[in-house]
Amino acid sequence: MSQTDIYSGGFADPAVAAAHGFRAAMDVMARPGERREITGGIAPEGLSPAAASLILTLCDPETGVYLAADVDSDALRGWITFHTGAPLVSADKADFAVGGWAALMPIDQYRIGTTEYPDRSATLVVELTEFAAPNATLTGPGIKDTARMYLPDLALLQRNSMLYPLGVDLFFTSGSEVAALPRSTQITAEG
Amino acid sequence: MSDYNFAYLDEQTKRMIRRAILKGLAIPGYQVPFASREMPMPYGWGTGGVQVSAATLTPEDTLKVIDQGADDTTNAVSIRKFFERTAGVATTEETEKASIIQTRHRIPEADLREDQILVYQVPIPEPLRFLEPRETETRKMHALEEYGLMHVKLYEDISQHGAIATSYAYPVKVEGRYVMDPSPIPKFDNPKMEMAAIQLFGAGREQRIYAVPPYTKVVSLDFEDYPFEATKAEHPCDLCAAEDSYLDEVILDDQGGRMFVCSDTDYCRTRREAGHVGRLGTETPLQTGPEAA
Amino acid sequence: MYVAVKGGERAIDNAHAWLAEERRGDTSIAEMSLAQIREQLKLAVNRVMAEGSLNDPDLAALAIKQSRGDLIEAIFLIRAYRTTLPRFGNSRPVETAEMACDRRISATFKDVPGGQVLGPTFDYTHRLLDFKLAAEGEVAEAPKAEPRREPTPHVTSFLRGEDIIQSEEASEATPKDITREPMSFPADRATRLQTLTRGDEGFVLGMAYSTQRGYARNHAFVGELRIGTVAVEMDIPELGFAIEIGEVELTECETVNQFKGSKTEPPQFTRGYGLVFGQSERKAISMALVDRALRWKELGEDNLGAAAQDEEFVLSHCDNIQATGFLEHIKLPHYVDFQSELELVRKLRREAEAARAAAAQAREAAE
Repeated sequence: MSQTDIYSGGFADPAVAAAHGFRAAMDVMARPGERREITGGIAPEGLSPAAASLILTLCDPETGVYLAADVDSDALRGWITFHTGAPLVSADKADFAVGGWAALMPIDQYRIGTTEYPDRSATLVVELTEFAAPNATLTGPGIKDTARMYLPDLALLQRNSMLYPLGVDLFFTSGSEVAALPRSTQITAEG
Repeated sequence: MSDYNFAYLDEQTKRMIRRAILKGLAIPGYQVPFASREMPMPYGWGTGGVQVSAATLTPEDTLKVIDQGADDTTNAVSIRKFFERTAGVATTEETEKASIIQTRHRIPEADLREDQILVYQVPIPEPLRFLEPRETETRKMHALEEYGLMHVKLYEDISQHGAIATSYAYPVKVEGRYVMDPSPIPKFDNPKMEMAAIQLFGAGREQRIYAVPPYTKVVSLDFEDYPFEATKAEHPCDLCAAEDSYLDEVILDDQGGRMFVCSDTDYCRTRREAGHVGRLGTETPLQTGPEAA
Repeated sequence: MYVAVKGGERAIDNAHAWLAEERRGDTSIAEMSLAQIREQLKLAVNRVMAEGSLNDPDLAALAIKQSRGDLIEAIFLIRAYRTTLPRFGNSRPVETAEMACDRRISATFKDVPGGQVLGPTFDYTHRLLDFKLAAEGEVAEAPKAEPRREPTPHVTSFLRGEDIIQSEEASEATPKDITREPMSFPADRATRLQTLTRGDEGFVLGMAYSTQRGYARNHAFVGELRIGTVAVEMDIPELGFAIEIGEVELTECETVNQFKGSKTEPPQFTRGYGLVFGQSERKAISMALVDRALRWKELGEDNLGAAAQDEEFVLSHCDNIQATGFLEHIKLPHYVDFQSELELVRKLRREAEAARAAAAQAREAAE
């Protein structure tokens, strides 16, 4: 599945694949808790096709990408540079931060925007081994009544949503699926 | 299709717009600055909506474009043609069949579904602009959630006219946080904004994108003793007899003759096809406009 | 179905066909070639290049032809084309001190090293219609002089030695690109200059004129106005050095403005700067005056509340493509909004009428 060389694994038909990738990303960002297929990108070992496809869809020379230690490798750096031209930056400057939950922490190292420009904030792409059984009930924009979802650290993510309209937004990726949690979602622990 | 990239814009521009849309969805009602491009149509003609649609379209989409609720107005025709040519997507006049609807000044009458996207063309995205022309000031007001000025304006209307004298582009508050301009839709359409579809707003000249995710709370500003009213002409449609649709008033003669017809042309047609008949039958007694000339 | 402005594709196509016919005009008259426009309407071509932000005389000539001489429409065509062009890289900043000048004048000194070179100017012509041109007369060849080989130094550089003119800090920072990033305020000077150089000539002229008439007056001397060509160089990473990829014609204006000093700055002369594609001297001078007026904050001057000092006002309104688009869009149908206003005004009138009637009744009852 994964590529070892940095030159392959890009979108075969960039305009169309990116359009599909974006629609998946938009759908999940607009509907917290829902999952969509996102495919087409294959990164070197260590990154899911979903995360790879998100990077190809959203990153370019205008966006700084931070790679958490668990996914950081010369091969992945080379792959991102070759396919997107995105500069690799430190966590505090990142527009996108990619990695496993633990490796991405602490969350307060990412930009959360300013009161006048809350959009100047980071988006985390959190790699999950699987979409585990839901442990959180979600309410807020994009959710008809309630939605359910597995989240890695409820207390921390509740604090993020308390910062609203500041805060980070999160994509969760596993295999070829993506879900999202925008800062606007209210989170309650289940059970 | 043409020599241009799919949906006209280059990939980097689309990515920039897509990132702005995602931030907009994450912060409903907040106006995200974006580096709007110069489009091959004038500013004011829907360049913001066109850029948002271009960044959102996939080849499988079916696009509907309306202006004033109608598919056959010049601006709608021109934008539809633009996407037929540059994206090769299917187009439709039927709300039901569309996956993306780009609109100027109306929300379709039929309830939109979860698998649909409504893209608004926005001339002035800043709801506070007519009260405070400076971006530096209005940005602070949004940051501080300082919307007193807007309430003062609405209240002055009431004390002067006995009612809120805003009939279109009526300001709303989104999810209890940002005051947002719904674009110049008649206030009749405001209550529809709590819908199942994704709503995206593009203001090209003013370089702003904003969004309302499905089922987001969208409340028209008002006062307890002067509640918001979604008003329309107090008539049924003269062609399809609909009582619940927004109506255009059409002057028939110089004797004061008037007819009222649905502004949403697809809604009206669908109803007539289903057998509804209005006061003047199902065909307009009048044929004018450039086509007749 | 009736709608007030019923377009229909046929109506639009017919309108376009008529437009094309009107553009061509009387077919018994020879058609204009792009070369004719480029060579004989050069100042129009220059304006289209400057405000279109694209240095291509042939494309500008095509745009002028297509737009029937409506220069704002031509600028729009160029802008819309420009956005679709791929970007291969950025040039190095051009060295205007190395300009091969066709024209170079200074109002601040009688003579300066490098000389006063009048060049092809209208300045001293009598504005009398030249009826010989109507007869398509050939022109006599102008006398030629030996071109200057050595660079022509900037006039303001002569003042620098005395430290009597404010020095501009050199910077290696990459300025932001107004066509790739949304405008935000406060805007830095590089952003202001970029916006002004593609701003509408008439708007920038009007703003500049207002400062001369006392709205944030700051008397400007034309320290120097120069027009000529400069080399455009680009760094080629594979080569490790810059190579010349072409040349462009530019108009540069530096004004020298009296300055009594402020809380932060000593008394000295200050500058305004204008740089525009092609021979566009009215625009370059106007730009320099407006640039200077916008610098009040960094020079510690008072905000006099003048329009030309207000960067948000100037930068948000100087683009003629934005302005004309929004202005002209009010031609589009707005009948849905108008209908909602109709309903509202009728309602307000009914209520006002009822209130008046009730008051009259109350008065009658009281009498």
